[in-house]
Parts: sequence; structure tokens; C-alpha cells
Amino acid sequence: MSTTPRTRRSGKHGMFLRMLLRATLVRRGRALSALLAVVVAAAVATAMLNLYVDVQAKLRTEFRKYGANIVVVAKQGQPLPADALLRVQTALAGRGIAVPFAYVVASTSDGSPIVVAGTDMQTVRRLDSWWAVSAWPNAAGEALLGSRAAATVSPQGQPFDLSFQGRTLHLNAAGTLTTGAAEDSRVYLPLKDFTAWTGVQPSTIEIAANGSAAQVTVILQQVTTAVPGAEVRPVRQIMEAEGRVLGKTRSTLLAAAALIILTAALCVLATLTAWVLDRRRDFAIMKALGASERLISGFFAAEAASIGAIGALLGYGIGIGAAAWIGRANFQASISPRLSVLPSVFLGSIMVALLSAALPMALLRRVQPATILRGE
Amino acid sequence: MFGRLVFESFRRQRRRKLLAGIAVALGVAVATAMIAVATNIGDKINQELRSYGANLLITPQADTLDVEIGGVDLKPPSDGAFLREADVLRIKGTFWKNNIVGFAPMLPVRANLGTGAQSQSVELVGTYFAKQLAYDHESFITGVRTTNPWWKVSGAWPGDDSSDVLLGQTLAEKLGRKPGDSIEINGQARRVTGILTTGGAEDGQVVAPLHVAQEILGRPGAVRRVYVSALTKPQDALALRDPKTMSPAMLERWSCSPYVQSIAYVLQQSLPHARVEPIRQVASTEGTVLERIKGLMLLITVAALLASVLAVSAAMATAIFERRNEIGLMKALGAANITVASVFFAEAVLLAVMGGIIGFFGGGLLAREIGRSIFNSQISVEPVLFPVILGIATLVTFAGSAAAILRAMRFDPVYALKADA
Repeated sequence: MSTTPRTRRSGKHGMFLRMLLRATLVRRGRALSALLAVVVAAAVATAMLNLYVDVQAKLRTEFRKYGANIVVVAKQGQPLPADALLRVQTALAGRGIAVPFAYVVASTSDGSPIVVAGTDMQTVRRLDSWWAVSAWPNAAGEALLGSRAAATVSPQGQPFDLSFQGRTLHLNAAGTLTTGAAEDSRVYLPLKDFTAWTGVQPSTIEIAANGSAAQVTVILQQVTTAVPGAEVRPVRQIMEAEGRVLGKTRSTLLAAAALIILTAALCVLATLTAWVLDRRRDFAIMKALGASERLISGFFAAEAASIGAIGALLGYGIGIGAAAWIGRANFQASISPRLSVLPSVFLGSIMVALLSAALPMALLRRVQPATILRGE
Repeated sequence: MFGRLVFESFRRQRRRKLLAGIAVALGVAVATAMIAVATNIGDKINQELRSYGANLLITPQADTLDVEIGGVDLKPPSDGAFLREADVLRIKGTFWKNNIVGFAPMLPVRANLGTGAQSQSVELVGTYFAKQLAYDHESFITGVRTTNPWWKVSGAWPGDDSSDVLLGQTLAEKLGRKPGDSIEINGQARRVTGILTTGGAEDGQVVAPLHVAQEILGRPGAVRRVYVSALTKPQDALALRDPKTMSPAMLERWSCSPYVQSIAYVLQQSLPHARVEPIRQVASTEGTVLERIKGLMLLITVAALLASVLAVSAAMATAIFERRNEIGLMKALGAANITVASVFFAEAVLLAVMGGIIGFFGGGLLAREIGRSIFNSQISVEPVLFPVILGIATLVTFAGSAAAILRAMRFDPVYALKADA
């Protein structure tokens, strides 16, 4: 080692620290490539773990586009209590959206039966994002017509009459609705107009509750206690399929993450082992000058650990950036940095670095310093 | 001489060569497995998304409006139009027959349960459970067990040719019936093989084989609607265009892509008097979910490739850096730079080919294991990938060695021989 002499304040561990620092600084190239390996590995591990934790939440918001996962229905033809929606919304406390629906069978001007539904147009747009609507009603006396219903009652979009229990309502067609299911045969009215006309209260509340399966179960229980006397049930079609798809995706992601982290760790192992092995002359000189085994081991371990620690911190920053980019590129949503990933990445990096130092150390310990110094 | 140099290097430095070879093999294995998983994940997830149920609905064209609230049909059962059960089979004769995972015809009718004063009118739905059918000498099994996988039965599913029935859970509780009991439907005793739980309107209904419902209605061969579950491609701008306004070339591209719209179009043409419509709740949402998962796996595969490249080049750089002395010796004996470099490059290529072959097959095994344990189905590695992977492995090993070889050659042989690194 060719160190330029320089005056320096040396404390109790001054020499140890100085050797550590100079060893890194003097042979920057090798130290840098070792550090780079750790940084890349830590970054990849951080990005993968962060994605693994966050992706489930991101996918769940995608799955909510399938609509309601809980329905509240009144028992046997009775309407729900008047304050049911308010109670459901209180129980939800912002963890989802609840939309009331009221139905009657009315008749068209030629006397054929038609299902008319009343709902909250503002929230139903968010709940049932798959509804293809040409124009939403926004004035009083406007209705949303299912595509099949429109062909029957208002083929040219002209105003039409509906009657229910002798009371006739004159309506304008605001737009048509296409879903490919039962909705196509219905006429949808704003709930206020609907109740004023029929006097019928909502009989169903559909809820899209956010969160994991466990969280949705908790919400389900809270809603059940909030609306006694109503039947609250999960939409199994939605919940089971979601659980299945999410479970498979998670497992695949986990397998991929494990493979990638393993590869990255091997990369670190290879680079760091070579780095320590490369410095066998330092090792030999220290030993020849009378340093104890413990001191030398401590020295190399400290060096490896600090490379691991610095690399982990830098890598964490880069990995968070990579995860955020993936989040934006794929989900159009930001992936929040998870601090909970840091300890495992930090400790993991240090462990791998120490392991990489320990392997060549065990090899070198058996060798006489003279042999190494002679260059064999 | 050249050959001997390379050969001896492998023979004498078995441990070091083994380490570098393992690194290459591992890197290639991870890359192969990830590429295989990423190219297959779309199909696998698409298959899983079918558990959301049917994405196409076939109804009679001349039908009157549905009068249905909360899954309960309020329309008089004899009202409106019907499809013919025999026509429905044609689904399996269309261009997209291999994309059709399954279909289930439905025929809701009113039936009287019990006798005398206790008799009550309930809805009975006739359908296929797992019916064995054949079209064009091709036999297949279809029914609600395929299209509606969330239907759970405690007890046993009835046979499609039997006259046994399933009772919805709430209805069974109300009537106090258990699997194995018998129940009187329209005056005929039927065996209840199981209790059905769906979380939907079926919980309050009776579900029976299709022919039972047809007998009750008195219309053999009639079907009210058919739910079809098809594997589709996520929608894009082309999918949503109206086929009537397309140019012939575009129409061909549109009708050869398994969009839900083009499958609906083909089904509509092959079924007389039927209208086929995508169920938007399922059809339009599954596309976005599928795209997200595929995109995610693609990005992760890129990350895996990057990690493998780094691991391989790190291992190669290390292996060559350790052999500075040899390079020094060769140069001191008068070898030209190009000779030295070619020896090392030849070694690198040899390592890459051997590691690549082992890695490719290891990766294939890994992919198969992932497919088996996660998706319960095969993920196979395309043989086409083999030369590609081998080429990439050689290139990466080459590139990983190049920097180290160049650096080692710039080294003054005197220092190398003195071992004064």
C-alpha cells in the first residue's frame, strides 16, 4: 500500500478506521465495482419487495372495477329502513362506495311491463364503471334508458310515458345504457324522481368495499350490525374470482422476486469474494507485522459490512425509484415507498457481504503469509 | 497450441471454471424461466379470469323486455321468445370453438313445491351441470360447473340426464330439506342431491337439469338464454370499432383477433334468431386486469434479465482478473495482445455454451415447476428460444469478459509477474 503521509488526529480506533478508509480510497476501482454490485443487488431486491407489497393494493383497485362485492337486500319484499343508506355509509367510513337501488315493475304506454329502477346517478357511475352510457341524465324528468328498453319505449329518443299504480310520469330520454345484462331492459331514474313518483323506497344497497379479503369481511360484519333486519351478503362471484387471480399473481411475483434476489445476491458474492481474495497481500502484510487473527478478521468484516451497508442504502433509494417508475408505467398510479422493506434489504446486504468476506478469509487463514508475499 | 492452451486451462483450473460455469448456468436458468413465465402468464391469468363467469350472453332476437329484479325473473314463463337447444350446440362449430371455455343454457320456469295447502310457487331454473355433448365428432363437457365456478354444492351435483334437483340454500333452510331428501315438484317426487350456495338469486331457487324445466314448461328443446364463457384478448381501439364501417383488410384483422366483440359477431352469425352481446361487467374489466398483470410480469422479466447479465459478467470479470499472472507470462514470452485475448475469449465462449445449455434446461425445469405449483398447468419453454438464449448467453459472457480482458492486457507484464497487483 502506498499511502501519502498526512498528519491526522488518531483516537482510540483511529488506526483501524484509517486503514479501513485508505484501503477503500487507494484502490477505488476495485472497491467501486464491489460497491456497485451491492447497490445493484439492493436496488433490485428493494424494487421487487416493494412491488410485491404494493402490487396487491394496486391490483385490488383494478378489481374494484368489477363492481359491488357486498349487497344489502331487504328481507322478503319489505323496503329497507329509511336511514339504511346513511347507516351503511357510516359503517363504511370511506372504505368504499354504497349505492341504493329501488325497483318497480311499471307499464309502458302500450301496457307491457318494464322494470324501472331508481338510483343515485352520481355514485352508480363510480360503482359500475362498465356501464356504457351515451349521456347521463342531469335535469329533472330525464331518464337513462337501457338499450333494449330504449328500442321499445323511445326508439327515436322522443319523450315517453310510464305508469305505475295509476300514476303516469312523463319522461325525457337523456341517454342510453348498454351493459349486455339485465340493465339493458330497464329504465333508470334519479332516486328523488323515482320516490316522488312511486313512493317506493330502496330495497337494495350495493357496496364496493375496498381492501383485502380480511378487511372486506370486517366491513361485511360492520354493515350487518349497522342494518339489522336486512340480509347482507358477499357477492361470491366477485370475491372468489378476485381471490383466485390475486393469489396466483402474488405467487408468481413471489417466485420471480425470489429468483431475481438470489441472482443478485450471487452477483454480490462473486464480486466481493474476488475483492477480498485480491487483497491477500494486505492480509499477509498485516499478519507478518504481527496483527492477531481477530483483528484481521475484524478488519475485513468491517470493510465488507460497510460496503454492504452503504450499498444497501444507495440501492434502497434507487430501488424505490425503480418501483415508482414501474408503478407509473404499468398502473398509472404511484407506488408508495415502503420503509418496512429497508431493514430486510439492509440486513440482507450486510449478511451477504459478510458471507462473501468469510469465505476467502477461511481460505487465507490456512496460508502462511510468507507464501502470499512471495507471490505464489 | 491454441487448443491446448484452452483445454489445459479447463483441465487444471477445474474449480474456478466450475464457479464461472455455475454463474453462467444460473443466470441463463433464471432468464429462461422468467421469459417462459412472462410469455405464458397472459394465457394462465386469462384462464383464471374465467372464474368471474360468462362474458357473453345469447338471448332470442325477438324477445320482449326482460322483467327481472335481483336475479328473479318476473316475466310470465311462456311469454317472449325462446332459443332452440339444438341450435346452441353450433357454438362449438364456429371459428372460435377453441376459445369457448364453456357455455350454460338457462330456462327459468315457475314450479309448485309441495302438495296441498303447503304448496308454494318458486322459480326453477333448468340448465346443464356438466353435460357430455358432441359436435362434429368432437365431444366435450360443458355446463354451469365450468361457467360458474363459484357455485358450491354440499352433497352431490345431479346428473344432466337424471330428474334430480338442487335446492338453493335459503330455500332448503325454509323447507328443512337436506341432500338425499325428496321433494314434490308439480306433483312429481324428485330427489334433492345437494344444496346450492351461490350468493345470488339461485339461493332461493330450484336448479334442475334442463329437460326437467322443459317438461314443466311443456316446450321440449326450448332455452331462454345461454351464458358463454370465452377466452378473449383485451380490448383495444380496433376492438371497439363497428365492423360495418371497416375496410376489408381491417375487418379481417378484427375478425381474426379473439376480441369479445368479434366472438359475439361470429356467434351471432351462426345462431339463427339470436342476439349475442358481451357482458360488459366481465368483458370490459378483465381486459384491464389482464393488461396490468402482463405488463407487470414483462417489467419484472426485464429486471430478471438485467440481474442475470450482471451476475454473469461479474463472475467472468472475476475469473479473468484472477489470471493476470498468466496474461503477464504469455505477454512476457512474446504473445501478441490479440493472441492472448483470443485464448480468453475462446474460453469465455466455451463456458457460455456449456453453462447456457445446462442453464436452458435448468430454466425449463424451473418454469415447469412454477407452472405446476402455481397454476396447476404446464408452462413449457419454446424450443425456438434455445438458440436465442444461447446467443444471448454467449454475448453476455463475451461482454462481461471483454472489459476484464482489456484491462488485464494493459497491465505491464513485469508487475503481473511480480504479483504486485
